[in-house]
Amino acid sequence: MSFEIFLQHFSNALSLGSLYALIAIGYTMVYGILRLINFAHGDIFMLGAYFAFYALTTFLMPWWVGFIVAIGLTAVIGMSIEKVAYKPLRDSPKVSVLISAIGVSFLIESLGVVVFGGIQKAFPIPDIFGQVVVLGNISIVSVNFFIPVIAFFCLVFLMYLVNFTKTGMAMRALSKDHETARLMAIDVDRIISYTFGLGSLLAAVGGIMWGMKYPQLYPLMGLMPGLKCFIAAVVGGIGNITGAVIGGLVIGFIEIMTVAFMPSLSGYRDAFAFILLIIILLVKPSGLMGENLTEKV
Amino acid sequence: MESERKKRKLLTLAALLISGGLLLLFTFIFDSYQLRIVNLCGIYITLGLSLNLIYGFTGLFSLGHAGFMAVGAYTTALLTMPPQLKEMNFFLEPIVPWLANTEWSFLPALLMGGTLAAVVGFLIGAPVLKLKDDYLAIATLGFAEIIRIVFTNTQNITNGPLGLKGLPPYTTIWWSWGIAFVSILFMVYLFKGSYGRAFIAIREDEVAAETMGINLFRHKILSFTIGSFMAGVGGGLLAHLMGTIDPLMFRFMLTFNILLVVVLGGMGSISGSVIAAIVITVLMEYLRFLDGPMNFGLFKTNGIPGMRMVIFSIMLMFVILFFQRGLMGNRELSWDFLFRKKKTLNDAVEGD
Repeated sequence: MSFEIFLQHFSNALSLGSLYALIAIGYTMVYGILRLINFAHGDIFMLGAYFAFYALTTFLMPWWVGFIVAIGLTAVIGMSIEKVAYKPLRDSPKVSVLISAIGVSFLIESLGVVVFGGIQKAFPIPDIFGQVVVLGNISIVSVNFFIPVIAFFCLVFLMYLVNFTKTGMAMRALSKDHETARLMAIDVDRIISYTFGLGSLLAAVGGIMWGMKYPQLYPLMGLMPGLKCFIAAVVGGIGNITGAVIGGLVIGFIEIMTVAFMPSLSGYRDAFAFILLIIILLVKPSGLMGENLTEKV
Repeated sequence: MESERKKRKLLTLAALLISGGLLLLFTFIFDSYQLRIVNLCGIYITLGLSLNLIYGFTGLFSLGHAGFMAVGAYTTALLTMPPQLKEMNFFLEPIVPWLANTEWSFLPALLMGGTLAAVVGFLIGAPVLKLKDDYLAIATLGFAEIIRIVFTNTQNITNGPLGLKGLPPYTTIWWSWGIAFVSILFMVYLFKGSYGRAFIAIREDEVAAETMGINLFRHKILSFTIGSFMAGVGGGLLAHLMGTIDPLMFRFMLTFNILLVVVLGGMGSISGSVIAAIVITVLMEYLRFLDGPMNFGLFKTNGIPGMRMVIFSIMLMFVILFFQRGLMGNRELSWDFLFRKKKTLNDAVEGD
């Protein structure tokens, strides 16, 4: 494999890994606070992509307005899901909430089929993201540059929010102990709502960029990325934001690089993440960054 | 008391005979579409019970059922398909020689499907059953996906994404309901004995169960393996009812349907699973009209494909949010309601 082709694969893996990281953060934040696998997170990601699609095609918004509207809408939906489906079950056994989450995911998917239609839709890629950049012998679509950069800025923003604001402090407190946090005058429900909003916001950003990288939208598109990103969160150490980012990048790189070096395995591409998950669960169930409890959200 | 037990036995026997008679009646009065639904009910009872054993009774939240069903379905299908049919199916790449000429009859093939599913369940369960709740769920889900992906890629064994078509329609009402009855009886006897009690103890409190001398690992893996066996048999039945299988059939959606049966029926209730399996299967078919054109008087819709699933998931969410314990909770249907009055009278006399 020549160096140029390797670089091409590298940029591809980096952008895919960053997308996984963005979605994995949502899983890890919700799990950190509620100890719940938000099964609907992958579908929120799907909604983000579809909202952007409609903003750009039906409402003919300029792309940046459309993207912001889509991200905002998705965040609102993420928060409403928590209010409707998870909040009434706050005191129920863990598995009931998990089943509720699976139910919500199922509902969003089937609503998606009805409202958006089951036929694949082509995402309208704004010019700036669709250009092919030629550097010497390698040509890379510009969206592959933008994804890691945008993901990086999202991450910086998130780190600032979690570590240096009052809301972030409240989130960290909640991830340790709900009762004590409540005694410290933290509005638990509001903070949980914010967490869902924040996670959904990042999922929407991920969904829109996913739509530009792989421009077919369909109602079940969130299923596989959703599962893989949850795995990324577990691999990195669930509840840990840095861990989720590392996990996302690891899975992105494993997927792209294994197929690049061993093309005969391309059919098994979707299985790599699951194999990694099982190895991690057996060898180090707390994940790569598991011990690092200080940054838990 | 002795006479009461005898009466109960007679009543159970009568109920069995009546359901057998009803099934016989169905074969005469129902058309093939309706019979298919009756068949599906029977298969879903077996499948629901198998997941209820693992999740409802032993408390192992496993989401890998579709994987075990896939193993059972493919094994049974490949063993029963006549050689010519295999040749027709495997046009892209010929089937491996050791499978090309096997043609078993239905029962041994079903048992083999169940056994292989049980072996896979055992191999998966051994490493992952030490995980709990959501971790176990995601690990088993992962394994089910791996099984599906492997089946998609082993072109010369499973025919890959093309699937297997034209399977002989062996599954009749007698097969699907016969196996359902065997499963029900098996479950009833299992939970009268020490193993069943041990499973429930593990569900309630693992530490307490272990303190009472229950070997956690052995019982968990036993429950998991038996459940996988039943899932495999159910998968085999389903394959020969549908006539066509492909890897896409065994996605998470299928596990979800079975989970629905367990949740709606009530975790840890055999009769709950039976009722829920029938209700859900019939409802799924009944709601099919939602996908077609509808006339609301004021306006007409010309068919919204997928509407059925929306209504269905809304109903499910409703149950999860407001009737968390399902139809039956963990109670069972029994003949108690016939004897209760007499019993209290007797107790009162004895008490005096």
